[in-house]
Amino acid sequence: MNPELVELAIQFSPVAFLLVLGLVAGTILERRHFADIRVRETRFRSLPAVTFSKPPADWAVDGCGLVAGSVVVSLDYFKRFAAALRIIFGGRIKAFEPLMDRGRREAILRMKQEAAETGYDAIINVRLETSRIANANGSTTAGVELMAYGTGLKLRNPLGNALPTEGA
Amino acid sequence: MSEFGEKFTISNTENIPGRQVTEFYGIVTGSTVRAKHIGKDILAGLKNLVGGELKGYTELLGEARQEALRRMIAEAESMGANAVVNVRFSTSSIAQGAAELFAYGTAVRVE
Repeated sequence: MNPELVELAIQFSPVAFLLVLGLVAGTILERRHFADIRVRETRFRSLPAVTFSKPPADWAVDGCGLVAGSVVVSLDYFKRFAAALRIIFGGRIKAFEPLMDRGRREAILRMKQEAAETGYDAIINVRLETSRIANANGSTTAGVELMAYGTGLKLRNPLGNALPTEGA
Repeated sequence: MSEFGEKFTISNTENIPGRQVTEFYGIVTGSTVRAKHIGKDILAGLKNLVGGELKGYTELLGEARQEALRRMIAEAESMGANAVVNVRFSTSSIAQGAAELFAYGTAVRVE
């Protein structure tokens, strides 16, 4: 074998290792996170979160308060590498799309969790926000923060069967 | 954000549902600027390899937002308000590794 090639391989092996680690661990973690999100979304289906700014007229409101949920998520090493390559050529960056999706759904779930713990039956005026968290060196993105907030409502007449609780 | 108790209400809607606003006091704000702990930064750097949630940052930003809300509420209470409506949040990166968490709303008195 060509000694120069071997030297090159040794030089790049840490990067290759990190790429493989990122690809394998990142994919497994992401899949697990999505499975977990789906389970919790089903559990919270009876607690609606809507973007109306006023509750419907037939809801008898008995108390309210701000609820919020947030999460900071980041790409794995492999996806970050793939995204960096993609940015050169432009176009759709598939690596980021599931990241934003899982972050946003997680934020909404945490908001619902807080609402359920406080005793609220519904959330209105939900707003979603995204912000980038920079590293200390400023050059790279450490992560993205996804945040959801809204006004939790306590209702005198619980929503009951207004929404399907299973299926979908 | 139930920690603020029953007597003080905050909401991001224009009115407090089911209650009547009797007096407006104007805008109230609360903000805090936070930088990340170097240890947390290193841990997050490692977590960055496999992706997913960076818990250290989530907690940091969550605490900072609570602090901003507390300051906003303190200002509203000093005006004599018992509620803040139309609360908005904003986050901005003002320097490398530092972020400002900002909360603002309208202080009101409700029945």
